[in-house]
Amino acid sequence: MEVMIILVPLALALGLAGLAGFLWSLKSGQYEDLEGAAWRAIADDDQPAPPPPEPAPSRP
Amino acid sequence: MQVTRDFSHYVKDLGAGLKHIDLAVEGVSCAGCMAKIERGLSALPDVTLARVNLTDRRLALEWKQGTLDPAKFIDRLAELGYKAYPFEKASAEATEAEESRFLLRCLGVAAFATMNVMMLSIPVWSGNVSDMLPEQRDFFHWLSAVIALPAAAYAGQPFFRSAWRALKGGNVNMDVPICIGVILALGMSIVETFHHAEHAYFDAAIMLLTFLLVGRYLDQNMRRRTRAVAGNLAALKAETATKFIGADEISEVPVAAVRAGDLVLLRPGERCAVDGVVVEGRSEIDQSLITGETLYVPAEQGTAVYAGSLNISGTLRVKVSAAAEGTLLAEITRLLDNALQARSRYMRLADRASRLYAPVVHATAALTVLGWVLAGASWHDAIVTGIAVLIITCPCALGLAIPTVQTVASGAMFKSGVLLNAGDAIERLAEADHVIFDKTGTLTLPELEVVNAADIPADVFALAGQLALSSHHPVASAVAQAAKARSPLMGATEEPGQGVRAVVGGVEIRLGRPSFCGAEALVARDADRDPEASVVAFSRGDEKFLLSVRQGLRPDAAKIIAGLQRRGIKVEILSGDREAAVAAAAKALGISEWRAGVTPADKIARIEELKRGGAKVMMVGDGMNDAPSLAAAHVSMSPISAAHLSQATADLVFLGRPLAPVLVAIDYARKALHLMRQNLWLAVGYNFFAVPLAISGVVTPLIAAAAMSGSSILVMLNALRARKVAEEASSWK
Repeated sequence: MEVMIILVPLALALGLAGLAGFLWSLKSGQYEDLEGAAWRAIADDDQPAPPPPEPAPSRP
Repeated sequence: MQVTRDFSHYVKDLGAGLKHIDLAVEGVSCAGCMAKIERGLSALPDVTLARVNLTDRRLALEWKQGTLDPAKFIDRLAELGYKAYPFEKASAEATEAEESRFLLRCLGVAAFATMNVMMLSIPVWSGNVSDMLPEQRDFFHWLSAVIALPAAAYAGQPFFRSAWRALKGGNVNMDVPICIGVILALGMSIVETFHHAEHAYFDAAIMLLTFLLVGRYLDQNMRRRTRAVAGNLAALKAETATKFIGADEISEVPVAAVRAGDLVLLRPGERCAVDGVVVEGRSEIDQSLITGETLYVPAEQGTAVYAGSLNISGTLRVKVSAAAEGTLLAEITRLLDNALQARSRYMRLADRASRLYAPVVHATAALTVLGWVLAGASWHDAIVTGIAVLIITCPCALGLAIPTVQTVASGAMFKSGVLLNAGDAIERLAEADHVIFDKTGTLTLPELEVVNAADIPADVFALAGQLALSSHHPVASAVAQAAKARSPLMGATEEPGQGVRAVVGGVEIRLGRPSFCGAEALVARDADRDPEASVVAFSRGDEKFLLSVRQGLRPDAAKIIAGLQRRGIKVEILSGDREAAVAAAAKALGISEWRAGVTPADKIARIEELKRGGAKVMMVGDGMNDAPSLAAAHVSMSPISAAHLSQATADLVFLGRPLAPVLVAIDYARKALHLMRQNLWLAVGYNFFAVPLAISGVVTPLIAAAAMSGSSILVMLNALRARKVAEEASSWK
């Protein structure tokens, strides 16, 4: 039974960590677009990255 | 004159030289579109963020302050093939989003607590039948209390608040028994723990909150999502006005940025976005969206024009008067408010159920306590049994019964092109037994079409279409569209109010008024033709042709009306249009009950008359003149082409050209109501078995938890059946 002194707080700590993670993800807006997030996970990242902005764009 | 577009009204300054704008984007449907738009816009220099939200079809853009301008983004999106328009979140939408996040936070806390309390409860349950020491059990109970009490205090807020509001107003809603059950169970559990008893009910109380929050969140989310999409559609209709910002300088601005006293320019083919008075110019205007009348009305200096009217032939300068009293909008808003007040007495199914449920539950629990005391049990034992009754009859299946069905049904309706504006629209729609249609723009299509294209030689028709491309006149647009014309003719000139002409192969061709083309003789010959059609003439040298243009009926209108009648629903037309036009439509659709030339007040009077006769009236209409009757009816529906006000008033909005969504929506609503009632009976049925057990005092927390979760899961599974209806009307896709 002594093992509970470790296990019970450990279980609670893990649970709290999960809750903290959930609240953080909620706050950072990760549940705003569940449909899009599902697609982003499988989107192709193999496309070349957009070219870096030109050093001195000569705009009028 | 130079036209600029000014969307600065919508741009938000984030500070640190960053700007932000939200765009509603049309036609984003898949991951491909999302990637294409994000890449396309991120490639612009100075853009720091381009993120598409696929759930509500919106694009958030941030960029460094400088030369970039929102109009550029919209052009870039147009190049990529998407129509976009800036929009402002309605304040109701922002509140709902905040509320939805709060519910999710509560749900997270409650779910965490449930899991951990259950983890402690299971050893207690199994320990009770084996060898657990009382000290260990107490320790576990105390731990449960430490987790459950703060969690319940936080996660229970939505229920506590709502129950308090109801009690303060002298009412009882479903949250009252929930709160009493949860608070009593927690309080009694603490007492039990103090007395080293075998059972505590922390697990049951917190699990009850979790299930209820799932239902509450689903309910909230459904409404939030449909409202967001409806908001997009309103924005995409791009209600802009061309405002004079100098004597000769004009700028395209969002309607929200126009004030009374401003001067706006109204070109042929444009829809007026404001109420005002013509100060210069001469034209004809189409007021069908406002009065239902399909014939054009002449407009000149001093004529009042209303938001929603379409300018036909000449350019007008309009002085905006929208803010003034006595405009059409003010009159309609007044009628609208009255009608809305009359409807707010309707009570949702969930509230009606809880009104019956709450007293029964409380009485049963109270009688149980009294019964046990009379039978000689101690007060303590009697109260414990009473709490068991309260918990086992917990309305968590009841709390899920309706939101789950609503969510599933609204998702299915969304796929069929119907958006829900109101949370209880499904219940009201299912009861509808009398449908009133407006004619113009509802039974008929809002745009014009050429009726007699088949009578005209194909090459002539194609040439007329090409010529028509040079004019903004709505009739010309209809001709161009019917002929599928793509390339305009070179050197075509438009004579305002007359028509267009060009020279092709040495022969002059003309399209326009019969007098402009010298075709009066042809018109005189066909004088007794279709009263609704407008006639436009085309001449090539000495050859003359007449084209008839009119608003066609929606392609499947007759079939859908027949389908409604087959379901025992009475159908009727109330239109502001002329008698001949309405009679022709009614005849074509097989509707025997119709009235023409009715005013908004007449429409409301007719609805009231039907209501007094016990009918549940559904109103389907699109015009400004329909808005008050949409609000007065038991349930209402608008096509997406409707006037802004009507769309905001209607309970449901449907997309596309066919009328089929009206029938599909009724079918889904009836199925959904059926399932809601079934779910309520399922929840009650479960209690029917569980309550006697609880009253007899043999219920352990295990049985209570199993009964509660079992009924909730059954109810959710049953709700999934709302995804399908018998598909009579869905073949139109």
